[in-house]
Amino acid sequence: MDILNALVAILNFVVIPAAAYGAQLALGALGVTLIYGILRFSNFAHGDTMAFGTALVILVTWGLQALGISLGPLPTALLALPIGIALTSVLVLGVDRAVYRFYRRKRSAPIILVMASVGVMFIMNGLTRLVIGVDEIRFDDGARFLISVQQFRAWTGLSEGLSLRVSQALTLVVTALACWALFRFLNRSRAGKAMRAYSDNEDLALLSGIDPERVVRLTWLIAAALAVTAGTLYGLDKSFKVFNYFQILLPIFAASIVGGLGNPLGAVAGGFIVAFSEVAVTYPWRKIAAYLGFETDGLLQLLSTEYKFAVSFVILIVVLLFRPTGLFRGKSV
Amino acid sequence: MSNTRQADAVSPWRAPILFLILVALFVAEGTMRNALFSGSWNTALAILNMGLISAIMALGVNMQWGYAGLFNAGVVGFLALGGLAPVLISTEPVQGAWAAGGARVLVALVVGLGTLVLAAQVWRRFSGPLRVPALIAVLIIGFVVYRGLFDPAVMAIEANDSARTGNIGGLGWPVLLSWPVGALFAAAAAWGVGKVALGLRSDYLAIATLGIGEIIVAVMRNEEWLSRGVKNVSGIPRPVPYELDLQNSPDFVARAADWGLSPTVASGIWVKLLYAGLFGLVLLGLILLAELALKSPWGRMMRAIRDNETAAEAMGKDVTRRHLQIFIIGSAVIGLAGAMMVTLDGLLSPTSFNPLRYTFLIWVMVIVGGSGNNWGAALGAILIWFLWIKAEVWGPEFMRLVTAPMPEGVLRDHLLGSAPHMRFIALGLVLLVVLRFAPRGLVPEK
Repeated sequence: MDILNALVAILNFVVIPAAAYGAQLALGALGVTLIYGILRFSNFAHGDTMAFGTALVILVTWGLQALGISLGPLPTALLALPIGIALTSVLVLGVDRAVYRFYRRKRSAPIILVMASVGVMFIMNGLTRLVIGVDEIRFDDGARFLISVQQFRAWTGLSEGLSLRVSQALTLVVTALACWALFRFLNRSRAGKAMRAYSDNEDLALLSGIDPERVVRLTWLIAAALAVTAGTLYGLDKSFKVFNYFQILLPIFAASIVGGLGNPLGAVAGGFIVAFSEVAVTYPWRKIAAYLGFETDGLLQLLSTEYKFAVSFVILIVVLLFRPTGLFRGKSV
Repeated sequence: MSNTRQADAVSPWRAPILFLILVALFVAEGTMRNALFSGSWNTALAILNMGLISAIMALGVNMQWGYAGLFNAGVVGFLALGGLAPVLISTEPVQGAWAAGGARVLVALVVGLGTLVLAAQVWRRFSGPLRVPALIAVLIIGFVVYRGLFDPAVMAIEANDSARTGNIGGLGWPVLLSWPVGALFAAAAAWGVGKVALGLRSDYLAIATLGIGEIIVAVMRNEEWLSRGVKNVSGIPRPVPYELDLQNSPDFVARAADWGLSPTVASGIWVKLLYAGLFGLVLLGLILLAELALKSPWGRMMRAIRDNETAAEAMGKDVTRRHLQIFIIGSAVIGLAGAMMVTLDGLLSPTSFNPLRYTFLIWVMVIVGGSGNNWGAALGAILIWFLWIKAEVWGPEFMRLVTAPMPEGVLRDHLLGSAPHMRFIALGLVLLVVLRFAPRGLVPEK
């Protein structure tokens, strides 16, 4: 029995990676859920909006690096992030004007809007490929580790190491700040209250003089900012590849449905639920079992990592079967 | 949706004229040799064959979308599942694979399915505080037993001559038989997804199918005992003769010489014509059946449900049940197309199933062709497929034209190099423009 080492191993291989991934999913799911709450459709283009925004951030990062500007131990991408958000917001607002507004005015069925978002997804995907190509890109610079395995071992004298990468710590800090700002905005500010009112009851909100177009614009701005932030953090933590951003759409949808579509708090919780289950199910537990005194030949891995999407899917199915409005009671079924 | 369907009547000549344009495009591809067309009948027929299969896929999607308004975002999964059928039904049996672990894999799969059924029964029968623990216990025990049976069996099969086969192999039955089996596979998966996701919000089906699509493709990619994963399954038997056999037959060579063709070209064309005939027959048969169904009381009911669910429900129609029915039928047609595609390629390559290519491109075909109209969907499919293939040639040509006045440099090289990605932007634009300005498509529903 070696409980300390087991705990460190769990922290290193499960808790820290899952927390970082969960934070990225939460930011993505917040965007999806806000768009769902206000515009009332599932935005299939969200993954590719993330990809496009991240591509812009990478380009600006390269520009800054060429100019010799850096943030010291922090990745330069953090400096490029506001510019990426601004550019993506312009694009997203343009898309809303050109595509979605027409269907909104006509009060088309939500599924037509979903279909239109597939068209937008194609265009975003093509633009991203055009801008940056399809190859895998790593763009993290600055210090790599906050705590490295060697340091940790030297400090504690344990045989099991623990590392905390800068990108992981950064993800958690940025997500916490973004959530704090968003919830403060939604709960305290006039515009945020208008958004919630519009989401709860469109007609009543119109009746009390809330400008729907303004609410919609605000929603797109927030969603774009969240999407670019999520995409950049994901890219810093893992790497940037266009196709991965398309695939992350499924866990993001799962997260927002688990939390209840349209419910921001639920989206954050959903992101962490999906991420923790995904990592826990695909992690081989043999090492930790060995620390606890169970020696086995098997890997004790429930599912191989290639099937991590199956985890989001199963969570999705379970929620749809037992609680279609999500754990936190989102919009109507 | 309902407010876009009562638009003015369209000219009855629209469909025939579009059809003639399509024929002209293929004739141009077959005869003209210039920057735009290849001038080879072999190429033209190859595009046509895949176009016919795309038309069948589009027909399946059109049933789901055009008849019932269901958004299936997992076409690629149903297609891949259908593509598995030719491998399991008609490839040659692998020596020793069944002995190594075939029976055990089957037992494991039965245990896996049985666990789910048992869990559902437990949930239905039990009540009170024991319900959730009992459900979890059933699932955990079932999963452990399943993995205990499954893993060693899979290891045994994959170890069996892994360089050449390493999979379970097929039954060696005729390949045409595998087509309906492919449809059955896809239908079974559709039943599972539809049962869960239908009857809820319309977006939920889209999201659930997106998930099942990715999972099916992931299974095909990773379960080497089944589909050989990245190693691909090649040598799937054909329903038509091989080019090489034709070239070696003096009879055929003589007939080719009569037409003034070399045996190589003639054999390629003949084989592709046979395929085109086969696929065309299936396509026409499906359209005929679909049209008959649409004109029957059943078809009227489906359209009534699509146009106003509440009213249909008030008339006593079970909307969710009908949706499940049409979802299964549509997916079966997609599965059939998958089996046909793998037969045409003679190869199952699990890594090639890309959702952009096999889900969303098919959607563009249906929307452009005319959702709700079978002829429209088929026409749109062949047209879009032709453009998709030719865009590979036309895109760079177009880019060269655009960038000709630009100075040599990095930007020009970048633009020239990224011309292939323009396909996605063009396709997205086509989808958005048609959806907005001609939501009824090229050949609208009557």
